[in-house]
Amino acid sequence: MKVRIKNIFPPGHVRTPSYLRGKVGEIERDLGYFRNPEQLAYDLPAKKIKLYRIRFAMSEIWGDEIESSADTVDAEIYEHWIQKD
Amino acid sequence: MPHDHSNPLSPSGHPYRKDQDKPLTYWQNMEIAVREILISKGITSTIEIQKTINDMDDRSPANGAKVVAKAWSDPDYKKRLLRNASAASKELGFDIGALKLIALENTNTTHNVIVCTLCSCYPRNLLGLPPDWYKQRSYRSRIVKYPRKVLKEFGLNLPKDISIRVHDSTADMRYIVLPNRPTGTDEFSIEKLESLVTRDSMIGVGLPKSI
Repeated sequence: MKVRIKNIFPPGHVRTPSYLRGKVGEIERDLGYFRNPEQLAYDLPAKKIKLYRIRFAMSEIWGDEIESSADTVDAEIYEHWIQKD
Repeated sequence: MPHDHSNPLSPSGHPYRKDQDKPLTYWQNMEIAVREILISKGITSTIEIQKTINDMDDRSPANGAKVVAKAWSDPDYKKRLLRNASAASKELGFDIGALKLIALENTNTTHNVIVCTLCSCYPRNLLGLPPDWYKQRSYRSRIVKYPRKVLKEFGLNLPKDISIRVHDSTADMRYIVLPNRPTGTDEFSIEKLESLVTRDSMIGVGLPKSI
């Protein structure tokens, strides 16, 4: 399934790298539930939320500045950072 | 003179490192203060701290090499490793703790490489402490954009028909690369296979030793 990473810039202990924000990728696998690090880092009650591994084509991230169109980047992204494309 | 420091070079020809006589930094003081409070309250002890440091130092890429060599020589174990690497590591006595491990298989058409662009997440239970370059910006920022150029700097020149998968450990997963078994090793014992597995081959910036 194709998804887009939200292009937002909230402060705090965020685990979504900025180079992937606004980019479209494909869900590679569902990793299950993990406590939200954005609360956990501050010792706040942290809800368990879904974590996914998402695969991005190099061209989607970097445009024309790529070495090979076959190369990819995979990253783990929490569900509240994902929207259906 | 028994103790002459006038010579700026050590017997090996390198300059002596200066003594660190500067006052402690803010964070060094903070660490000592917190440690002393935890010990005085009986929450931890010097023995426990020392034991934990020793346990950390005992972990090395030899652990990961055991996992890789087992996967090379036992197809059923390899299946289990690719399905659930945390459980498969535990089978060999390497407990991953709360973190989840994913094993990434290199094939004739795919090469995997690991990074943590946000900090320095690393499969310490299997590989020990990360090398300095793994924590540095020049590796972390460039491997996700120019993997072929960076791998070339490590001496790994991958042909275009092999696609590169970069894996950014952004959250709760840790990764280990399962490199291709070198050719000509069919008769090798598991111990001999282990000796071919390098740390860099399990990060994905190198290949196992060839024979």
